[in-house]
Amino acid sequence: MALSYDDVIAKYEPVLGLEVHVELGTESKMFCGCNTVFGAAPNTQTCPVCLGLPGSLPVVNAKAIEYTIAIGLALNCSIAPYSRFARKNYFYPDMPKNFQTSQYDEPICVNGYLDVTIETDEGPKEFRIEIERVHMEEDTGKSLHMGGATGRIHGADYSLLDYNRAGIPLVEIVTKVVTGTGKYAPEVARAYVSELRDILRGLGVSDVKMEQGSLRCDANVSLRLIGADKLGTRSETKNVNSLRSVERAVRGEMIRHAELLNKGERVIQETRHFHEDTGLTTPGRSKEQAEDYRYFPEPDLVPVAPTNELIEKIRASLPEKPSVRRKKLQEAWQVPDKEMAAMINADVLDLVEETVKLGADPTRARSWWLGEIARIANEKAVTASELSINSKDVAEIVALIVKGELTDKLARQVVEGVINGEGRPAEIIEKRGIKVVSDDSALMAAIEKAIAAQPDVAEKVRGGHVPAAGALIGAVMKATKGQADAAKVRELLLKHLGQG
Amino acid sequence: MIKKSAAEMAAALSAGELTSVELTQAHLDQIAKVDGDVHAFLHVDNDGAIAQARAVDEKRKSGERVSPLAGVPLALKDVLVQKGIPTTCGSKMLEGWRPPYDSTVVTRLKENGIVILGKTNMDEFAMGSSTENSAYGPTHNPWDLSRIPGGSGGGSSAALAAFEAPLAIGTDTGGSIRQPAAVTGTVGVKPTYGGVSRYGLVAFSSSLDQAGPCARTVLDAAYLHEAIGGYDRMDSTSINEPVPAVVAAAKDGNIKGMKIGVIKELQGDGYQPGVLKLFNQSLEILASLGAEIVEVSCKYFDYALAAYYLIAPSECSSNLARFDAMRYGIRVGEGSAEEVMNATRQVGFGREVKRRIILGTYALSSGYYDAYYGSAQKVRTLISRDFDNAFGKADVLVSPTAPTTAFKIGEKANDPIAMYLNDIATIPTNLAGIGGMSVPSGLAEEDGLPAGFQIMAPAMKDDRMYKVGAALEAALLTKWGKPILDNAPALGAK
Amino acid sequence: MSNISRDDVANLAKLARIDLSDDELNHLSNELAVILDAVARVQEVAGEDVPPTSHPLPLKNVFRVDEVRPSLTPNEALSGAPAQEEQRFKVPQILGEEQ
Repeated sequence: MALSYDDVIAKYEPVLGLEVHVELGTESKMFCGCNTVFGAAPNTQTCPVCLGLPGSLPVVNAKAIEYTIAIGLALNCSIAPYSRFARKNYFYPDMPKNFQTSQYDEPICVNGYLDVTIETDEGPKEFRIEIERVHMEEDTGKSLHMGGATGRIHGADYSLLDYNRAGIPLVEIVTKVVTGTGKYAPEVARAYVSELRDILRGLGVSDVKMEQGSLRCDANVSLRLIGADKLGTRSETKNVNSLRSVERAVRGEMIRHAELLNKGERVIQETRHFHEDTGLTTPGRSKEQAEDYRYFPEPDLVPVAPTNELIEKIRASLPEKPSVRRKKLQEAWQVPDKEMAAMINADVLDLVEETVKLGADPTRARSWWLGEIARIANEKAVTASELSINSKDVAEIVALIVKGELTDKLARQVVEGVINGEGRPAEIIEKRGIKVVSDDSALMAAIEKAIAAQPDVAEKVRGGHVPAAGALIGAVMKATKGQADAAKVRELLLKHLGQG
Repeated sequence: MIKKSAAEMAAALSAGELTSVELTQAHLDQIAKVDGDVHAFLHVDNDGAIAQARAVDEKRKSGERVSPLAGVPLALKDVLVQKGIPTTCGSKMLEGWRPPYDSTVVTRLKENGIVILGKTNMDEFAMGSSTENSAYGPTHNPWDLSRIPGGSGGGSSAALAAFEAPLAIGTDTGGSIRQPAAVTGTVGVKPTYGGVSRYGLVAFSSSLDQAGPCARTVLDAAYLHEAIGGYDRMDSTSINEPVPAVVAAAKDGNIKGMKIGVIKELQGDGYQPGVLKLFNQSLEILASLGAEIVEVSCKYFDYALAAYYLIAPSECSSNLARFDAMRYGIRVGEGSAEEVMNATRQVGFGREVKRRIILGTYALSSGYYDAYYGSAQKVRTLISRDFDNAFGKADVLVSPTAPTTAFKIGEKANDPIAMYLNDIATIPTNLAGIGGMSVPSGLAEEDGLPAGFQIMAPAMKDDRMYKVGAALEAALLTKWGKPILDNAPALGAK
Repeated sequence: MSNISRDDVANLAKLARIDLSDDELNHLSNELAVILDAVARVQEVAGEDVPPTSHPLPLKNVFRVDEVRPSLTPNEALSGAPAQEEQRFKVPQILGEEQ
């Protein structure tokens, strides 16, 4: 008997904890000079250090430190005057040293916050999410699990390891426990990750592509009875690869926890894996007995003590906050709050901005991204940025509409073509022979044909019943394979029938 | 020729009296003659060594400038990686492994034209004080083949004592250069921590490990020290300062007016009487040379052994985790990756290594960290303070290097604590990160076996050790009339 | 007397991924108890006010410039591999989950 979300929030209040991992966009790895370029042939970007060969030693990437401090400052954190690396010890084949060089009790940034705004029933509401820490660590290698049916680890016969990604710099951003979100927990979680992503992108420290794994989110969720003091048992959900998934995962976990608690069962503290297709989570390994990582200070590295000079230099170079930038855009475009929120929610704001920068007018740019393209993205259950269509394409299409070479209806065909991977707008227009027929004489010929075919409808229009013209216009559109400018057809037709 | 010092060999090469190929071949011949008995070497690189020697000879012939030690052969402890050459660290785990890169020490040796003869035997992963923990059989002390050569770098020191090489590289975490030097009658130096790069030194205890020069004379060690030492950007713990002027100090040897601090806690019970006697005689000699002997107390040194046997196993339990049969090394067992890992580590590691890994895992465990590892790190601070105070009263500090002379192979193998006590005088220097040197003090009267005199200097003041060491060495040479190693039995008698 | 049971050692062996034999488990629990007794004395002097040393040298802020340097060739990287396939390290079936 599945619970509804409303049932859940009537009885319980959610508590969240969000952990976000960011891959830094440095040239070289965290502790060695290997290239960080994505997609290279396996094991072509490794060295004794990132392979963890006996005798190898790490040396810290200065840029990674700067980027991390920038992130900390953008999140209103204090920068620790003295921070250290620590070893997190556990065995796993994708970790060459069988320990991860990370940070433990002396992270580089602490105690920050991020404010997010979400749409509630009572209008926009601001939430402050407190940030516990921002620290640095290194990424692991990548495994291919072979022989199983799904390519996942369960059921695989053996695995193949590529260490190109081992040692890529990662920053981990951990929130403090987030309470008081009530039924908006999923939206708040999503808004947090979205805003964080915008900040990181603005800082230029990462390409923050969730689909590619350069921004990863783990969502911790627990429930407690409304008004209770004690925290409930939490579950951690991984494999949350999009903003939409963040929202769905939180909502899904809230329902799952509530169902268990209502039955009198207890929630198991464990790591769960999120599935895009179902929106549900399945259990990973039980974290009942948390692995003892035996943290101790990394003896091969010396402490990091950023000077005030460095910190202030980085602070001075921080770009404008996304919220400030958004306000400026809103004013420039004269857009109401609700539409701004819609663009942010559909994750198309940046795309709209790019499109405008490429010459399209803001209104049309917005209407395409928020309208047709967002609709298709929704249908395909992906984000607009994941579709094959980009801001350049949309700017081109808008330009053609303005020139009169495309009608809105034809433009929709082009958009559809680009999204289906048939090529760029110019290619599709060429291939499909899309052309606006606005030549009056050609249109008149079609109009006369249509009138001849439906004389009684034409009579109705002549008689003053204008709406009847729709059938005739439709016939003309059909005859011209949709390439006629419908507005023009209507104009000419009505005029011809004495109603224009 | 093989009995000469490295400096003398270098001078001979420079003067054209012989070629490096001839010199190297002479050593390879000696190895072939005696190593069956001594077992100092795990791998001898005949072809490679001759090729290196030839290259130096050609360079010299063409008039190019060569380094002071160019063309002189050397034995390399098997814990340092050398590209393409088997590197085992004395362990079954790395049997057959040929590293794809050179350690910085090796790079510098090669840059200096020093000929690497081969890799020497050691306690497995540098854990031990007798070289009995080697997976490939023990090394035998050239002074008495039934006795240990010290450890963990017994192979390097034995090679020197058996005239298989005039130079060697060792590594020292708790005394693994100095104690073997003491029991083989040779010179061994642990530089200030960070003075020699650890890049390519297979880690045992990262905050204690240090590679250092081994030789038969203080001056030889000094030349080698200058060749391998200095800043390395590949090692974050490397000191960004020039190498202290150790060669100049070794040549100087004038200790008039120097204050020599005798550490009260590093003598007395537990030290073999003959060893103590030699120590005191050495002190008298130093006094006669114009130095002032003062007594200092380092009361926290009583806790040094305990701190060491928490810190080192803890760090090693983490450092040795990488040996998991996935990327290099042996692989045994069937089943899952986890099963193969467990089986390989069971077979690949020896008893002492396993003991320390388990001990270290325990000391770092949640709930025990503060009591064990955490407390040991505090003791470290206390010991550093002791040294700071003592160095306020003296320029160098001294003690016997090891409490006893070489014991019989097998004698302490089943008593870990007894074995650990071998390091009691050397461990404090590693904990504080300062430099320590052992020079021969003579032959103990009980057994006629060598003992060592340990000299310690403040961090980055390694030159002081060399000055005092050279002074003592020269005075003892005068006293004995011949080098100490002339008393060692002849080896390889057919 | 430090209490370290055979079970404790077995758990530690699991954490350290070593398949210790029964014999070893027995011996080690005895040996470790003795060693732990000897080393536990560090607690006697490790007071609250003593800061721990994790580095013998007062070094800090050692960094490298963010620039690409040559990597090993795949052959070199894989040279020690007990098994390889398609230029990747081949390892047996992994049972545990990624962290």
